Amino acid sequence: MRTWLRQHRQAIAAALGKLAAQKSAAVLNALVIGIALSLPAGGYALLAGLRSITLGAALEPQLSVFLRADTKRPEADALGARLKSDPRLGEVRFVSREQALKEVQATEGLAEVVAALGRNPLPDAFVLRPKVPDSAALEALAAEVRTMPAVAHVQVDSAWARRLGALAAIARLAIALLAALLAFGLVAITFNTIRLQILTQRAEIEISKLIGATDAFIRRPFFYLGALQGLAGGLVALAILGASLAALNVGVAELASSYGSTFRLVFLEPGDALAVVLFSAALGWFGAFLSVSKYLLEIEPK
Amino acid sequence: MTCSLSSQASSWRRWLISFSAVVKRYPGGQEGLKGVSFAIGAGEFAFIAGHSGAGKSTLLKLIPAIERPSSGAVLVNGQNVGALKRAALPYLRRNLGLVFQDQKLLYDRSVHANVMLPLAFSELGGREAERRARAALEKVGLLAREKANPIQLSGGEQQRLAIARAVVNRPSVLIADEPTANLDAASAAAILDIFADFNKVGVTVLVATHDEALIGRFARRVLRLAGGRLVE
Repeated sequence: MRTWLRQHRQAIAAALGKLAAQKSAAVLNALVIGIALSLPAGGYALLAGLRSITLGAALEPQLSVFLRADTKRPEADALGARLKSDPRLGEVRFVSREQALKEVQATEGLAEVVAALGRNPLPDAFVLRPKVPDSAALEALAAEVRTMPAVAHVQVDSAWARRLGALAAIARLAIALLAALLAFGLVAITFNTIRLQILTQRAEIEISKLIGATDAFIRRPFFYLGALQGLAGGLVALAILGASLAALNVGVAELASSYGSTFRLVFLEPGDALAVVLFSAALGWFGAFLSVSKYLLEIEPK
Repeated sequence: MTCSLSSQASSWRRWLISFSAVVKRYPGGQEGLKGVSFAIGAGEFAFIAGHSGAGKSTLLKLIPAIERPSSGAVLVNGQNVGALKRAALPYLRRNLGLVFQDQKLLYDRSVHANVMLPLAFSELGGREAERRARAALEKVGLLAREKANPIQLSGGEQQRLAIARAVVNRPSVLIADEPTANLDAASAAAILDIFADFNKVGVTVLVATHDEALIGRFARRVLRLAGGRLVE
């Protein structure tokens, strides 16, 4: 066990030594990997920011039933009782005009607008959630509710939120595809770097095999080299992302404040940032593994 | 017949190294060795003599399984090395000290680092490995030059460094392929003296050479090859 640990320490030291011996190449490789990884990482951070905006939006289909402004409370209660008895509805929620005003006031950027109105322009309303979220059934239900007394307007909600959700899903898929493509690129970069290292050290590998080094012993420094290169690339990606978000947030802050919002693009969660670095290191290791599997076995003492 | 073969095989097994009807055929059909049989006992010192192309290097390469026999058996310590799996080869080679005509040194590191190379994958701890490396360098007279780069050494010194690296793991067999080919007579004799010293402490030594004068100076067993056959 002690020997095994010593050999791993030696392999890490050898890998670090190789990186130090080829500083410019190592820095360039880390930059290339970092730039490649920062793109999907940045997209992920951007989506996470947008998600925080749309988190409050209802994605489940629902109907907003607005009552006429002159509707009396008993009339509203009667309508509510009628709606509650409808077996197609899973939830019937009454939103009084006072409650609606409070919600609008709580919305970023609208408090000043409401204050300027001087009176509450909002009507009483019901929010209906059907048991079966079927769009055709929802439209039929909306048409029926429109004919009921005291109803001024019926709105099928969540359509926009669903569209936004669908767009976000497409964006997530695009980012995943981009990440997969760039991950392939990272593996290719590491593969080639390790291939060149193997060719450079051909004599040493051949001699080591002659004097009794196992394949595992010879492979180990290359694995560490690939993983360290990936690790460095991951750290560079995080640095690029942090710097880019900081620069973007200057403009975002200005735009957001014009809407009375404090919205900012946020950096990755610590767990996500760690995942980027570990993923990058794992890809580097994998690239090294492929390269070593292909080229190392070809070198045999003559 | 079976009984005779069986008894012959068991007699081969008593030797440290034994070749039994070994044929080595290269791709293209050329035969490097044509039915070679011999045995070397533990602690023996033997020369493999012959002209260039006689099959000396081929014979030596079969012992650490750098090459595999086309037919016949090569036994080292009772182990048929021709049948060893790839994963078992490092453990065989750690028991053999190999010295090559071209030394196969690493010229991008020091004399000391070259000798330390086989110890990197041994079970020895740092201090003991260090002690072994210094002892090996002292034995070949290169301790004072441990910080030098091999390129700064003379041909004879480079060969001595190769010997130090070969013996640092204390192998039971020392195999040298034309170790004196590029050396003057004095350096060649000095190299052979080092081999003789190791042989005195029980190391089996097998040296391939075409230098008849050198063989004549050391009264040792000679296995003479000609055209891939053992002739005496």
